[in-house]
Amino acid sequence: MSFLTVLYAILFYFAAAVLLAGLTRKVVQYARAPAPLKIPTTPAPTNKTGVAFRMAREVVFFESLFKGNKWIWIFGWIFHFGLFLVTLRHLRYFIDPVWLPIRLVQPFGIYGGLAMVAGLAGLWARRFLVDRVRYITGISDHLILVLLILIGLSGLMMTFVAHVDIISVKLFFRGLMTLDLSPLPADPLLLLHLLLVATLMIVFPFSKLLHAPGLFFSPTRNQVDNPREKRHLAAWAKELEQ
Amino acid sequence: MAKADFKVPELQQYAEIPAIEPGAMAHSSPFLSKPEFQEALGFPGDLEDNWQEKAIDKMGELLGKYRSLRVYLDSCVKCGSCTDKCHYYLGTRDPKNMPVGRQDLMRKVYRRYFTLAGKFFPKLVGASDFTREVLDDWYSYFHQCSQCRRCSVFCPYGIDTAEISMAAREIMDSIGVGQKYCNEIIAKVYKIGNNLGLPGPALEDTLEGLEEDVLDETGVEVKYPLDQEGADILVVTPSADFFAEPHVDGLIGYGKVFHEVGVSWTLSSYASEAANFGMFIGSYENMRRISQRIRKAALDLGVKRIVFGECGHAWRVAYSFLNTLAGPWDFLDPRYPVPQHIMEFTYNAIQEGKLRFDKSQNDDMVLTFHDSCNVARATRMGDKPGGQFDIPRAVIKAVCNNFYDMDEETIRERTFCCGGGGGLLTDDLMEIRVKGAKPRIEALNNVMQEKGVTHLAAICAICKSQFSKILPFYGMEMDQVVSVHQLVSNAIVLTGQETEDEEAGEAA
Repeated sequence: MSFLTVLYAILFYFAAAVLLAGLTRKVVQYARAPAPLKIPTTPAPTNKTGVAFRMAREVVFFESLFKGNKWIWIFGWIFHFGLFLVTLRHLRYFIDPVWLPIRLVQPFGIYGGLAMVAGLAGLWARRFLVDRVRYITGISDHLILVLLILIGLSGLMMTFVAHVDIISVKLFFRGLMTLDLSPLPADPLLLLHLLLVATLMIVFPFSKLLHAPGLFFSPTRNQVDNPREKRHLAAWAKELEQ
Repeated sequence: MAKADFKVPELQQYAEIPAIEPGAMAHSSPFLSKPEFQEALGFPGDLEDNWQEKAIDKMGELLGKYRSLRVYLDSCVKCGSCTDKCHYYLGTRDPKNMPVGRQDLMRKVYRRYFTLAGKFFPKLVGASDFTREVLDDWYSYFHQCSQCRRCSVFCPYGIDTAEISMAAREIMDSIGVGQKYCNEIIAKVYKIGNNLGLPGPALEDTLEGLEEDVLDETGVEVKYPLDQEGADILVVTPSADFFAEPHVDGLIGYGKVFHEVGVSWTLSSYASEAANFGMFIGSYENMRRISQRIRKAALDLGVKRIVFGECGHAWRVAYSFLNTLAGPWDFLDPRYPVPQHIMEFTYNAIQEGKLRFDKSQNDDMVLTFHDSCNVARATRMGDKPGGQFDIPRAVIKAVCNNFYDMDEETIRERTFCCGGGGGLLTDDLMEIRVKGAKPRIEALNNVMQEKGVTHLAAICAICKSQFSKILPFYGMEMDQVVSVHQLVSNAIVLTGQETEDEEAGEAA
């Protein structure tokens, strides 16, 4: 087995472990911290079904962002939806045989890749063009955009410019999953693409990418508006009543 | 026009997003609380030597106690959706008054001490040590937030800057850096029972005076009872209702409504304050201690229901938190929600046909309605989401002939704060109050020009006080603000009331 294959195998095992452990740690932290008061942003749903719909609208359509700013919404939504399609397309590298829906989504995955990069470009442009957004942008905000754009571009180049041996790529990842290593093609574009993806996985639990699990734990969005009907009391607040 | 030693913003016909002007409001910060008032609330009197360490410990404690803080400090992606939503940013151009700019004052400290990235790569992620300069920035800018939650409407993750501001004030209080206005007022509540420090006998005097006024005006004996044991309803109202204009006209209105519906009610000299400034300083313990006064009053007086008067942040603590802080309310009549808003009470009475109105009594006014920020975005009235918008409007329309809403972008859940909420209603913060009112006054000005609106109706003691004070800075009159129950009071026809026709008949 080549040094490169072993290196990338270790890299991906490490990245997956960091992503999984880091996210688990964060989710546990969020879940354990109590929300001592009822603070849904009202008007809010008065039952759990309503909250599920509210959350679904936030996750799928970015409802609040739509209210807030149409430019950010259109770029942000295009990017995320593109990323979603791209992720579905990439599932073919991990499952065998490939499920029918994943086979059907393949061509849309390519459009997804284009949309993703276009959306990211729009979001990045705003960081230079809008003075308020420029003011709040830090180095890490630029770097994450660069990382995502490079992932998108390197991926697109393998589709449109220089094909790689994707059969071998699939064998490599299937091998990782079954602990039976198989060689990774030494294609520079592929290696760059994978290195960036592993970086993204490692950075995820330590960065603003935590907005993904964060949304589900946001009390202004996930609480039911029923404080008069149902008494809400956190464990630490209960102790004050003794 | 009122005099100002700062530049009052010019009103525009179309709201525009101003270019940023860093540091524009860095000079604004409120008076510090004196040691005696700090200690009454359980806080240290002065800034201590090891304040930095203590503040970080406190932040750690709050991160474990409040999921909101934990999640919101991690989740912001700096998208920019909130940047043009805060009235204080729109009125001052200071980028630290953009919600994300304000949050970042805390986020950079959080990242430095509580995240891996901030510990190892502070520059990369904008993390910073908790220095004296940072603390000064906190004191300045966390007292330029009225906790109105407008930003939370537009944030894709629902990040609520109010939660961050409250935590920041709690941390500052814990190291002896408290705000004079809020902390003195809370100490007054503990000592006397209300924010204004009105003792029982003064309240009694005032209420007797109101009874005489109403008798003179209508010929009907309407009672304004205080500490009356066995009454059905305990009314808890902001203490401004006891004397200030236009607040007191609202209180007169509540009494007339109760009289006409035929229920017995009482005010309490012990719980003579609806507002709960414990929320402004983010102190659960103080908020709870203030709320417990209402529980005690309800038990002592043996009432069956609790109704709150017109007050915004108070209604938030009442509607959203009172059950948590001072419940359970199993000793009250289970047929009614606890607590109820006076607006719900009046609305229900109107629906049931128990009140008669002569709308023409309000014909000298053309009205618009200001949705108070905390009523709009942190509470509800009635059974349905949005009742907090529809019920006050329904009451106004039932008692007035001339009503027009302001621009849709500035009302309901998108309403602008009056500029004086969240513990900023103090003269040492006049500049930020005037500038922060700009978006609301702009919308008011437009509806005055276009629809001939003459008066702004409000249901919050802070809004009413703030508008009375700052309208003159914009060339308007202080008495253009009215209480909604003042309108009810004007129009209500009491049973047995001498009408003008009858008076004229008698004279002939």
